[in-house]
Amino acid sequence: MKKIVRNIVLIIATLLFILYAQKNFDSYTLSILNNIGIFAILALSYNLINGVAGQFSLEPNGFVAIGAYFTAILLIPAETKVDMFALVDPAPIILQMKAQFLPAIVIGGIAASLVALLLSFPVFRVRGDYLAIVTLGFGFIIRIFAINNPAYTNGAMGLNDIPSNANFIWIGSIALITFIVMIHIIYSKFGRAMKSVRDDEDAATAMGINTFKMKTYAFMTSAFFEGLGGGLLASMLTTITPDQFSFLLTFQLLIIIVLGGLGSMSGALIATILVMGGMEWLRFLDDNIVLFGKDFGAHPGTRMVVFSIILIIMMLFARRGILGDKELFDYFKKKSK
Amino acid sequence: MGNSILKIENITMQFGGVTAIKDLSFEVQKGQIYGLIGPNGAGKTTIFNIITGNLTPTSGFVIFENENITSTKPNKVVYKGIARTFQNIRLFKSMTVLENILIGFDAQANYSYFEAILRLPRFFKKEKEIRQKAYELMKIFGIEEFADTNATALSYGNQRKVEIARALATNPKLLLLDEPAAGMNPNETAELSDIIHKIKKDFDLTILLIEHDMKFVNAMCDQLTVLDYGAKIFEGKPADAIVDEKVISAYLGDFSHA
Repeated sequence: MKKIVRNIVLIIATLLFILYAQKNFDSYTLSILNNIGIFAILALSYNLINGVAGQFSLEPNGFVAIGAYFTAILLIPAETKVDMFALVDPAPIILQMKAQFLPAIVIGGIAASLVALLLSFPVFRVRGDYLAIVTLGFGFIIRIFAINNPAYTNGAMGLNDIPSNANFIWIGSIALITFIVMIHIIYSKFGRAMKSVRDDEDAATAMGINTFKMKTYAFMTSAFFEGLGGGLLASMLTTITPDQFSFLLTFQLLIIIVLGGLGSMSGALIATILVMGGMEWLRFLDDNIVLFGKDFGAHPGTRMVVFSIILIIMMLFARRGILGDKELFDYFKKKSK
Repeated sequence: MGNSILKIENITMQFGGVTAIKDLSFEVQKGQIYGLIGPNGAGKTTIFNIITGNLTPTSGFVIFENENITSTKPNKVVYKGIARTFQNIRLFKSMTVLENILIGFDAQANYSYFEAILRLPRFFKKEKEIRQKAYELMKIFGIEEFADTNATALSYGNQRKVEIARALATNPKLLLLDEPAAGMNPNETAELSDIIHKIKKDFDLTILLIEHDMKFVNAMCDQLTVLDYGAKIFEGKPADAIVDEKVISAYLGDFSHA
């Protein structure tokens, strides 16, 4: 009972912080927080398939793109679409699609989730490195599809003037919901089954676990929240192009979840704050560097060098990520014993 | 009779040109402890893999409780009531002893994915149920003090117990043990045979086991089949096996030319 009270207090405190931040913080701080929030959603969901279920898939950029495009098309008014589509006229269905903000991002998530369901049949026939290659290909296909079908996506020019509905209240609360859902999955028989698939697939099967089903559950859940995050991203940036959803996005998420500890949701959350926040906080390194009274001039790119070195050092000292595969509260549990 | 629980009928298994099992048949009666022994490479583990559906035999059938289960998927075989342990212990290494055993209860915790995500009442009810059952199982094996310890941090003997407990959690009628006493010292072996007798009685089990330790086999098995190069060379009581000429020559070599 004590635990439930504590959890409710934590949730309310987070919600109050979100409300307070939206009202009082300046737009620069809010934009950083928005970025962290969206990447938290993406990293948490990516962690489910990659960290918890142990399927080394490299697909999130594809699902983020699907979510972003669905949301953008649903949000942009028909007249704006007609003006915007310069290469060819938009397909009739594109003009008809219209929805409110919340339904729009949820539809984006569901679309990504359904694609994940279809994708799981060919993809989970292979394991390990082969799985990585196959899912990597999927990300490329989505991007090339977006570039080559201007009637639906406006091709390489992308979509502009997406209504900017995503504020920190939306992003923060959805990130909170994502975190809760992920924790609920991990601490249930489904989470245990996913972990058993990661540890030893044959032994899991010998215990009656339907490994394909568990992987598909993880994949679809992951895709749903990645689509949702994509929708929020589109609405926050107000403009999207196919090139935004390249492999680099997946790579960034991979850094975050490996740094946080594969399989640890609170680790992913901490790593998101460190990586996304760190990139901002180190910005002063790109300005003029003054050491011991001597001006060394500005060296743009110093920030990335320092950031990379910090990452390397962190990985040297925490080989299995900041939190390993445990959650933050697991560490407190041990102490109290 | 007519009380057979598992029937192996004329099974042949070929891997490419190699015949691992040649026209093998035997029958396990309900409530028996049945031994499957033979020199290395005789095809014992292959038979286990065929029974559990990991391999599909080239020809022949596996009949479990009068139902043909040949080439049923491994996870479905578990639902029919067959559980196994592995020759080289295969616990889930990132999980605690309790979590390992809870995996075995997966099918019994029949709440849905959404019930888990939304934490509906059935989730709590079922989780509580299987946790209680898991603790009861751990008590039988005397490993409840390790419930929250990482499974791979345990001693070899205890890991073996966890593996058997995990298999029992699936509520089997037939338990397949692949070299349960391998790597154990005499004390641990003696303790293990006590436990096996106890769970057999408590859970109303039939046990099929592979073993090399002849003393252990003698003490445990009601009946056994000896394999050599995938063919049956003996079937009967353990006491008769150790004086059988064919069995002796399979294990020690052929003395007829000496």
